[in-house]
Amino acid sequence: MVDTTLFELVSPEKLVMSKNVSMVVVPGTEGLFGVLPRHSSMLSTLAPGVINVYDGDDVTDSLFVINGFAEVTEERCTVLAEEVIPVEDIDTDKYEKQTEMLKDEASRSESGSAEKIRKNIEEREQILAAMINAKNH
Amino acid sequence: MPNLKDLKVRINSVQSTQKITSAMKMVAAAKLRRAQEQAEEARPYSQRMDRMIAALAGKMSNVGGPELLAGTGSKEKFLLVVMTADRGLCGGFNSSIVRATRKRIAELQENGKSVKLLCVGKKGADQLRRDASDLITDALEGITRGPIEFAAASDIGARLIQMFEADEFDVCSLIYNKFQSAMTQIVTEQQIIPASVAGETNTTPSIGAYEYEPDEEQILAELLPRNVSTQIFSALLENTASEHGARMTAMDSATRNAGDMIDKLTLTYNRTRQAFITKELIEIISGAEAL
Repeated sequence: MVDTTLFELVSPEKLVMSKNVSMVVVPGTEGLFGVLPRHSSMLSTLAPGVINVYDGDDVTDSLFVINGFAEVTEERCTVLAEEVIPVEDIDTDKYEKQTEMLKDEASRSESGSAEKIRKNIEEREQILAAMINAKNH
Repeated sequence: MPNLKDLKVRINSVQSTQKITSAMKMVAAAKLRRAQEQAEEARPYSQRMDRMIAALAGKMSNVGGPELLAGTGSKEKFLLVVMTADRGLCGGFNSSIVRATRKRIAELQENGKSVKLLCVGKKGADQLRRDASDLITDALEGITRGPIEFAAASDIGARLIQMFEADEFDVCSLIYNKFQSAMTQIVTEQQIIPASVAGETNTTPSIGAYEYEPDEEQILAELLPRNVSTQIFSALLENTASEHGARMTAMDSATRNAGDMIDKLTLTYNRTRQAFITKELIEIISGAEAL
């Protein structure tokens, strides 16, 4: 397959990946979407989930992203993500423990700040669910 | 005539100072390299973030857009985020930022604006506390120890946005040192709220051709706070690279000064020793002649 699109995955720390691929599947907030070469231009926010990079029919890379955006144009697909974890390195136990600690904190702190922490916990639980989901696939 | 022993003690002490400064120079050089690499690697993210914002802002400009982009409408309350180092011994690094900050405060106050400060880094806070302690809302320390993490920047970002939403300021700028080279750092003021997107208009030829998911406003609402953190993050990285560069240069010249001083002291030491010997010889000779 000669037809490729440039896929870039960028985290705040560095350019994680930049290569020509035949397709990427990106977890948009309104559902997964696949990007093929000459996809029409779009901007989307991302839900926590897995990006699958395809070369031909094979998945070459699977990466878990948190807090991301995708910019798609006809010749490239750029994903900005605050955190990028290769699927095989996902550590759900550690994440779960951190969330537990936050819950502890929430139960101890005053109502005002507890509200914020609770929101944070909700977010984290969504991420955790997505992580577990990603691991089982 | 100077005492020989005193001279020896001085020489020794200058020598050990020189050892320390040259070690600090080496450490700073290594840290500088790492900081530069980190800054280099972080650049793609902020570039692409700018590109997205520019694409969106181009579209939103006629509608007005959220306050983070369009501003609150007034320009009365200013917040300056002053970034300095946690440690000294880096030449004029900290004081040049503090000087620029003082100048800016004076300028804003003259125009009848109210100014608040948020200090990042211990040294700047220490210096500003002397004459502007009532303006400082908070001082954060310890961020620049070790490698800079994005989480630290996004904490500051979250805090700024909270303050912005509580209507504590209208305009927020960062003051930091932009890294030019190990010798030169440029004090830079960069406005982050409301976001400035000038000069980014020609990056995407297809502005307006984007589809949005979910929609422009929601994307912007998520993107803008993220952009604040990103700008803080890259400023922190630049600042750290500048700090190590400034320290390296300062320690280099300190080492050289110590070397000059040792040379001078050694010369005096040898001369004095020679003089003592000559004196003693004269005493012996004249003693022998007197017999």
